[in-house]
Amino acid sequence: MAKRIVYADNAGTTAMSRTAIDAMVEIMTNHYGNPSGIYSVGQDAKEILEKSRATVAGAFNAKPEEIFFTGGGSEADNLALKGIAEAKAKQGRHIITSAIEHHAITHTLEWLEKKGYEVTYVPVDEYGVIRLDELEKAIRPDTILITVMAANNEIGTIQPVAEIGRIAHAHGVLFHTDAVQAAGHMPIDVEAMQIDLMSIAAHKFRGPKGVGALYIRKGVRVPPLIHGGGQEKNRRSGTENVPGIYSMACALQEAVDNMDENMARVAAMRDRLIDALLKIPYSRLTGHPTNRLPGTASFIFECVEGESIVLSLDMEGICASSGSACSSASLDPSHVLLAIGLPHDVAHGSLRLSIGEETTDEDVEHIIQVVPEVIERLRAMSPLWEDRLAGRY
Amino acid sequence: MYSEKVMDHFAHPRNMGEIEDANAVGRVGNPKCGDIMQMYMKIENDIIVDVKFKTFGCGSAIATSSMATEMVKGKHIQEALKLSNKAVAEALDGLPAHKMHCSVLAEEAIRSAIADYYKRQGIDPEPIVGCCCDCEACHKEHDEK
Repeated sequence: MAKRIVYADNAGTTAMSRTAIDAMVEIMTNHYGNPSGIYSVGQDAKEILEKSRATVAGAFNAKPEEIFFTGGGSEADNLALKGIAEAKAKQGRHIITSAIEHHAITHTLEWLEKKGYEVTYVPVDEYGVIRLDELEKAIRPDTILITVMAANNEIGTIQPVAEIGRIAHAHGVLFHTDAVQAAGHMPIDVEAMQIDLMSIAAHKFRGPKGVGALYIRKGVRVPPLIHGGGQEKNRRSGTENVPGIYSMACALQEAVDNMDENMARVAAMRDRLIDALLKIPYSRLTGHPTNRLPGTASFIFECVEGESIVLSLDMEGICASSGSACSSASLDPSHVLLAIGLPHDVAHGSLRLSIGEETTDEDVEHIIQVVPEVIERLRAMSPLWEDRLAGRY
Repeated sequence: MYSEKVMDHFAHPRNMGEIEDANAVGRVGNPKCGDIMQMYMKIENDIIVDVKFKTFGCGSAIATSSMATEMVKGKHIQEALKLSNKAVAEALDGLPAHKMHCSVLAEEAIRSAIADYYKRQGIDPEPIVGCCCDCEACHKEHDEK
């Protein structure tokens, strides 16, 4: 019998939906033209491209001409940050962000710092919610951009996006949000939330990998990262990935159409996971208890190490992830876990289970059965656990 | 990411546990770094007749502990002191570069236990075993930050 696989790393990437796969195959099979071609086959592809743009725009209450397709979320983040930095360099060189951004943001900002830009990292509270008072205090006359993620990839906490937009605009500062983790999983309205730029990635909402988009509010100038044939109104050259773009649009439409129903069901499974796994002694939830992405359940299990948990779960067919140091190439645990105030030793024991539309109740029950066994086995091996039981740690 | 041997030792660790009447116990690493290895030895006439470990850490930390105990079991302590981290890593068919510090920790855990053995006999272990008992690589990393 084939080993049962329970995929619980949907925050890492999602399996493509049938709709998205069919959409992609349909374009690759029957609509292969280059949208720049003026003949019928090219114009046919152009039509699909523009239809996709309208779909993506509609999902966020944006206008089609405000959507620019990219090769994924990281590219969208890079385009937004480097583009605004360049366009606004004469006005100022100060950017504000949060302490828990994705590396596509933090590493881009670190690069900009080397180029002479100044970055303020606003702290978050114990749940990973940005401190709005500190954010507002950080704004200076030379602040050109506030970039804060819509929801966190590791702990699932949803940020007060509309509040951030209001603060940014009250001070005349542009607001970019990395909505890679949030798009398709929670309602986003760029008008109501006063978002000027927003990054999304298709593979986080059951679309294909390697395709994303940057929403750029009309009137906001963003010079290109990639020069060439002038596609995407010269903001992103390169022949458009029509199959990927159309597939993304279909996946997004599907996610938005079924959001209320799907997310209620997914959130109920998430809460079942959280309730059951918090019964494990010396465990805790990371991120906000309620205001979190519907699929993300993130934990700390003390006295065990996250990579060991992930490897052990994999042996039982469960795919999950961890922000522990050992699951990355660094010796420090994730900056997100440290930013919410966890000490190093505690942060090593992190586990993220992220479920999705395809997760079943049986999958959840399987996880609930296996995780406590894994933690118990690893604790039996752990000298720290021995110390904990003896009251020495 | 890991070799089959590493996964085998992680899934089925050899010599995991404690020795009640151990006459040598060593502990290296710290929780801040994310790995701690504790080695228990029963040494008779300078021969390691039994060895067990307990480890808090990642897959390679557990696998290197397991392999290191296998490699020193039944050996003379002088021979055990010659065990290098590279030998442990090689025995596991290699470790990813950023996991080599786990093998260093395993080597240090063996040294630390043997140092304890000498200490219990009133012998200064440092000239024999050398400096040990801490995860230097880790501290260096943290201090640099």
